[in-house]
This record gives sequence, C-alpha cells and structure tokens, in this order.
Amino acid sequence: MLTISKELVDKIIEHARADHPDEACGVIAGPLGSDTPVRFVPMENAERSPTFYRFDSMEQLKVWREMDDRDEEPVVIYHSHTATEAYPSRTDISYASEPNAHYVLVSTREELRESVELRSYRIVDGVVTEEEVEIVPA
Amino acid sequence: MAIEVRIPTILRTYTDGAKAVDAKGATLQELIGDLEARHPGLQDRLIEQGALRRFVNVYLNDEDVRFLGGLETPVADGDTVTVLPAVAGGAR
Repeated sequence: MLTISKELVDKIIEHARADHPDEACGVIAGPLGSDTPVRFVPMENAERSPTFYRFDSMEQLKVWREMDDRDEEPVVIYHSHTATEAYPSRTDISYASEPNAHYVLVSTREELRESVELRSYRIVDGVVTEEEVEIVPA
Repeated sequence: MAIEVRIPTILRTYTDGAKAVDAKGATLQELIGDLEARHPGLQDRLIEQGALRRFVNVYLNDEDVRFLGGLETPVADGDTVTVLPAVAGGAR
C-alpha cells in the first residue's frame, strides 16, 4: 500500500495538468527505508512527448546524488498518461528499474473531464502489482 | 589504478549488495570488461551489441559518457563512474 499526503497528490496532479498533453514525470523522495514520500521533485520530460517520458540524464544524476547525500531514496516515481488509462504500459514495465519504488500513474485523458485518475503499482522483474493508495491529510 | 564504480540498487545482486566497487581500465570499455571479470553478468546489463544500452545512463564524474566518447571514453585513477538506469516509460 502507498500512503501519501493529500498535498503531494495535489502536486502530482497539478504537474500532470500543467504538462498535458505531454507526459509529466517526477519523483518523491523520502528517508531511506521509511516508505514515506516527502520531498516533491518534478522532473523534466526530456522527450517532451504525449506518449513517452524519460528523465533528463543530467538532471537525474543531480537529483539521485542529492537523495544519496540526504539519505533518501525515490519512494515514488510518477508519470502521466495523457490519452490512456493510468495503468503501466509495456514500455513502463520493461524500463521499470527501481524495485523499491511505488510507480504512481495519473491519467489526464479527456473523457475524465475535471477528474484525474491516480493509481499506484509495484513493478518488479516485469511483474505489475497494483496496490491501494491511502491519501492522508498533510 | 582504481576507479570507483557506483552501482544502482537494481544491479547490486551482481556485487553482493555493494553500492560501489573498484575496477581498472584505461577506457570505459576496459573498465566494464574488468567489472565483468569481478562481477560476472554485469557487462550484459550495461552493453548490448557492442554499445551502451539505450536505457542505462553511465556518467564519468559529472558528465554523461554519451556526451564524451561513449565506451571509448578514457578513464583514470581517482575518477568515479556512476551507473543509473534511465527512468523512462510512457503510454506507448
């Protein structure tokens, strides 16, 4: 299960809406081993694409070093799907490389109108497991 | 001559859990060959058909080696090589 504050959920959704129709992506860092997302880090989508995302490699190095220095890890890795549902695609599964992370997907597809779908998964060795998301007050 | 290589979580199964290991070589290619001798299986996760895998980022100190010389990039004692799987995906 992913436990995440309402404030962080709102930030993810805000980022996804701002970058729509391109995919938005980022991480939420948290203390090592805590399984608690705390520090919101929106990332550049180097692909600037409606169907693909990739962290900019230099920005990723900087952010991963910062986390290392602060004894943090990427607790959440999020991205948006802008025309399809918030379920990991084949691409998402094949490139998933952080076995300890919660992969959060949001969908900003049009038929949802004002609402946004947000779901969370574990992706380990090509196996996707959806998990419950508990949103708590900040 | 030793160069520190920082290993991401997902590849630490090859290094008995170590976050960083030492390796030797005059170029990135040689360094990865030396890593393979010490930690069999690692090379395959970094190189595909003679080139760096597209979704693995390798940095020499503060630079992405793609902007240097790729596998031919010279490396030297005291350098740090960092391996980070690219974070990527998407609807398609």
